[in-house]
Amino acid sequence: MAKSTSKDAQALFHSLRSAYASTPTNLKIIDLYVGFAVFTALIQVVYMAVVGSFPFNSFLSGLLSCIGTAVLAVCLRIQVNKENKEFKDLAPERAFADFVLCNLVLHLVIMNFLG
Amino acid sequence: MQRVPSYISRSVAGSYDNEAVAIFALIFTFYLYIKTLNTGSLFYATLNAIAYFYMVCSWGGYTFIINLIPMHVLLCIVTGRYSSRLYIAYAPLVVLGTLLASLVPVVGFNAVMTSEHFASFLVFIIIHVVALVYYIKGILSPKMFKVAVTFVVSIGVVVCGAVLAVLIALVASSPTKGWSGRSLSLLDPTYASKYIPIIASVSEHQPPTWPSYFMDINVLAFLVPAGIIACFSPLSDASSFVILYIVTSVYFSGVMVRLMLVLAPAACIMSGIALSAAFDVFTRSIKFQLPGATENSERDAGETSSNSVVAQNDVAKTEKNEDAVKERPSKKNRKKEKEKENVEKPSVKSQIKKKLLILPLEASIIAIFLLVLLGAFYVVHCVWAAAEAYSAPSIVLTSHSHDGLHVFDDFREAYAWLSHNTEVDDKVASWWDYGYQTTAMANRTVIVDNNTWNNTHIATVGTAMSSPEKAAWEIFNSLDVKYVLVVFGGLVGYPSDDINKFLWMVRIGGGVFPHIKEPDYLRDGQYRIDSQATPTMLNCLMYKLSYYRFVETDGKAFDRVRRTEIGKKYFKLTHFEEVFTTHHWMVRIYKLKPPKNRIRGRAKKSKSKASSTTGTKRIGTKKKNPWH
Repeated sequence: MAKSTSKDAQALFHSLRSAYASTPTNLKIIDLYVGFAVFTALIQVVYMAVVGSFPFNSFLSGLLSCIGTAVLAVCLRIQVNKENKEFKDLAPERAFADFVLCNLVLHLVIMNFLG
Repeated sequence: MQRVPSYISRSVAGSYDNEAVAIFALIFTFYLYIKTLNTGSLFYATLNAIAYFYMVCSWGGYTFIINLIPMHVLLCIVTGRYSSRLYIAYAPLVVLGTLLASLVPVVGFNAVMTSEHFASFLVFIIIHVVALVYYIKGILSPKMFKVAVTFVVSIGVVVCGAVLAVLIALVASSPTKGWSGRSLSLLDPTYASKYIPIIASVSEHQPPTWPSYFMDINVLAFLVPAGIIACFSPLSDASSFVILYIVTSVYFSGVMVRLMLVLAPAACIMSGIALSAAFDVFTRSIKFQLPGATENSERDAGETSSNSVVAQNDVAKTEKNEDAVKERPSKKNRKKEKEKENVEKPSVKSQIKKKLLILPLEASIIAIFLLVLLGAFYVVHCVWAAAEAYSAPSIVLTSHSHDGLHVFDDFREAYAWLSHNTEVDDKVASWWDYGYQTTAMANRTVIVDNNTWNNTHIATVGTAMSSPEKAAWEIFNSLDVKYVLVVFGGLVGYPSDDINKFLWMVRIGGGVFPHIKEPDYLRDGQYRIDSQATPTMLNCLMYKLSYYRFVETDGKAFDRVRRTEIGKKYFKLTHFEEVFTTHHWMVRIYKLKPPKNRIRGRAKKSKSKASSTTGTKRIGTKKKNPWH
């Protein structure tokens, strides 16, 4: 039972890896960016757990900025992905411009809230 | 929508409360949300978040948005309508929205800590999980996907269980489970009357009566169900959102009459959809049965809009103009029109199928005429309601009698007296309803006004009004009050005076100071002020200040509002003196008498040590705080 589960898990990992390897490079770059943002968020949470959350607004703004950029990058990825039929006629430049605009607004708010 | 009376009710004579702005912000936010959902563009998502921030700044009702949108997202996911546009519409809104909401000082950290916002975070997590699932489903083969599912579910359940347990423990440890008083009173309508009398006492917070629905949204009341049905025929994301919006707003407006305001735009949108669907059917049947000259005759008629293929652009414009006359054009309305037109084009060919939906020519013409008449009645009603019911500035009252219009200007008379005959830093105590008016028109400091959040402070004033003269004098003295103002309608029959509001003062005071008990003021559960009233009632300050010298008006002291003669007719005031009563006795102002210089026979028994000294010292001792 355990052996078949572990074999299943291995087969799962293999298929995931092979399927993922076929995604285009620009999407992989976005995925890397998302991963980095989430990792930074996790570091901030661990730091807060260690040190305490005294300037709570700073913690909140830092954490939400990481999550925010991750979410926006995911949105960009959705819009730029060629396999996505819904966004066929959306130019990738327009998607990137929206992404930049949204990030600008997000960071403006963050800088205001950082305190 | 600019006609609908309930929206007008929030603004009187040009001044407006914050809800007038807030409803615009609400509708704007919803519109942008639907737009983002339909187009999937991140630009609109940003605008949506900014509109949400505008809404947070303007009204506390923004929690409605931050709970309705997650509910809708959940509904879409559950009914299988998940798409990446949903993710783009929702996820940035949550992050940006929470950040922007925390920027507003009133909300602050409540944006992440109170239960009102948890729904948005929960659905945020859920939508990420769903997005991940769809993504993996897309890149894996079906067999491997099944394996992945079993793998993830077994781990996921354990993790979820742990997180949920922690969360529930956190939330359950707070007494109100993290919800604020106002939201709790919305969810459980009986909560306020049990625990927070001051929220329950505001008349706008009472449940509405059936006639008030008709008064406020008139014809729309029965167009709304038709609109709901029309929304179901092509059920898109947008129409499911509108249905959810109207259902929730009907529930909440049933709890609090003030929230009829939130119902009004929803009702307008629904009726717009219903009306456009109805017009669609009628004009299609007309067009179908009158070949050739149809377009000309309809355009001459001016009020109908035909869906003919040729005149499509003109159609959109006439439909727009018409709706602008009746109600605010909803973008969903136009979009649905276009959907129907596109459906129409191929189906004109297959006329046999369409035969069932075609009504006879005369019936449709009459129906269109009747619908237009309905619209006309609605406009007339709205204008009347705005003029009569919602334009009355409550400062100046009018009444129509056989000898013409009688004007009661007592409020302004009283405030003018106050501003001319008192010192600039004299403080006036009254019930909080008159706080804003006194501050604005008499330019004097008040103790409590319409925006006082401190329940204990209002309870102090309520207790003072419910106590006998001496105790009331001590309370007011400790607050450094010089003048007390009461509103009395017994001479002219003005029903919203302080004696009618008095039980609320007792309840609010009794909520904080337990020695005030409501049953003391009621005889057999009935609130009376005649000879059968309880002694506590007949001795309390409010009774005395309202009815002092009332018997001199007609000799019998008949109170026109309560319709009885009062209980105690001849009495003197010992600690207050009357300084002003307006022409119709509607506002009465009393001054606190300074403490007596000599107290007969009580000097030895007084609690202070300075009793043996002369009167000058005694004034200092009398000003001890009576609450310690």
